[in-house]
Amino acid sequence: MLTIDHVTKTFFPGTVNERVALNDVSLHLDEGDFVTVIGSNGAGKSTLLNIIAGKIAVDSGELLIDERSVKRMKDYQRAAYIGRVFQDPMAGTAPDLTIEQNLALALRRGQRRGFHLGVTPARRERFKKELLALELGLEQRLKARVGLLSGGQRQALSLLMASFTQPRILLLDEHTAALDPQRADLVTRLTKSVVERDKLTTLMVTHNMEQALRVGNRLIMMHEGRIILDLPEEEKQKMTVAGLLAEFAKIKGAALDDRAMLG
Amino acid sequence: MNAALELGLLYGIMALGVYLTFRVLNFPDLTVDGSFTTGAAVAASLIVQGVPAPVATLAGAASGAVAGIVTGVLYTKGRIDGLLAGILTMIALWSINLRIMGKSNLPLLREDTVMTPLRDNGLLGGPWSILIFAIFALVLKFAIDWFLSTDLGLSIQATGNNEQMIRSFGVNTHFTTILTLAISNALVALCGALVAQYQGFADVSMGIGLILVGLASVIIGQAIIAGRSVWVATLAVLVGAIVYRLVIFLALAAGLNPNDMKLISAVLVVAALLLPRWGFLKRVPSFRQLNRRAVRA
Repeated sequence: MLTIDHVTKTFFPGTVNERVALNDVSLHLDEGDFVTVIGSNGAGKSTLLNIIAGKIAVDSGELLIDERSVKRMKDYQRAAYIGRVFQDPMAGTAPDLTIEQNLALALRRGQRRGFHLGVTPARRERFKKELLALELGLEQRLKARVGLLSGGQRQALSLLMASFTQPRILLLDEHTAALDPQRADLVTRLTKSVVERDKLTTLMVTHNMEQALRVGNRLIMMHEGRIILDLPEEEKQKMTVAGLLAEFAKIKGAALDDRAMLG
Repeated sequence: MNAALELGLLYGIMALGVYLTFRVLNFPDLTVDGSFTTGAAVAASLIVQGVPAPVATLAGAASGAVAGIVTGVLYTKGRIDGLLAGILTMIALWSINLRIMGKSNLPLLREDTVMTPLRDNGLLGGPWSILIFAIFALVLKFAIDWFLSTDLGLSIQATGNNEQMIRSFGVNTHFTTILTLAISNALVALCGALVAQYQGFADVSMGIGLILVGLASVIIGQAIIAGRSVWVATLAVLVGAIVYRLVIFLALAAGLNPNDMKLISAVLVVAALLLPRWGFLKRVPSFRQLNRRAVRA
């Protein structure tokens, strides 16, 4: 499905600001995997997503989707396989276009865009059905500009737009972090149902450990550009937030010891 | 008065092009000062060489598209700032336009142009020619309305609205940007070709300051007719182009010199941008919307 093979990325190499964002990272996702990614700031979580999406080029290593190398494909070409929801609720939709126009844009993911009308009665029926699943009443407001929606509504719409064409991979980049707790909870529930309905292969970055444990069938923890913990489904189910913190302290301590010994 | 209406409708075609870049793509394209003259120069030189006027007019429009593509490539592939990319093309076109025409002014007085049937039948300056010009402008308006509502047109609107988002849905925004600049400058050059035939000559300096005319039309139109949907906005642009010509007509009638027109255009645009921020005008809804746009820009 998705294979990241010995990928390394260094920002500002050869300068005083040099920073290793990803250090020889390897990760394989099977079809239908829903992996949550946690880690402190600067651990490389966002870089990992940006490298998969094609926003950032890798220094070395290989990147495969369905056994095919996508390393040299541009971000808009990879978009045929990858759906993405950003942290900023404003980022995933076009504010001056209507809800139905936004959905029409999302509907053509990775396909040729020609002179077919964007919103037709048939497509509108489909959009209504998809919006109904969000339970936000947006199916009544197809002609409303998206800029008029609240942050939570926009993020729910972004999630729908990123996922309803069933991309091979869904990337979620702290997509609930900018919402108030109630809205974040709503979007988390929607995420769960959307991913489970279509069995989407998903990689979700989050700051929220509780959320990382609540959803998905696998959890990875990153630190200083490496994957330091990889919990499969059974272990993840038994894990608690306190357990994760203890695990993090232990591994971090060990890393420090290693460095002290090398020094 | 009738001539002002005719000119307003003719220049409305150019204003529609400016609307596509400034409002839809959110791109301040200054190429138009050059591409307007290029359209006029290409059409006029072809007509002088005996090419049928409709063909020459279309060739003029096509030359504008090429100019737009050049600006688009400089901006996307060359990563040159949009304003500068437009200025570079515009300046380069000055020399190219002189090459095309061979001299700085090309008269079309005894040539067969698309305006000849109107002129020979004494229709120019009358209600029939206004009607014909209006129908032509409206056909282009509806074509743009339709185009912007297609899958491709929506992806162009999204490129101007949220580029990162539309890339994440698989749209090559370099392509949509270049395409929009091509269409916009084709409309501007078409307008140049028609204006040259209407006034009976092409002149190398006919495009100077044209961008302000286009901007004034867009801004005035949207101040009069508020509304965000595409078909309202394009209608507003045409109305704005006509109102602009009427203002110029009144200014001339009041005794101002034609040489003052550039100053008047600039003052009009500044006034349309600043007035909404002052006191009582804030309460007028269409001005409020205009103000928000000005602040965002």
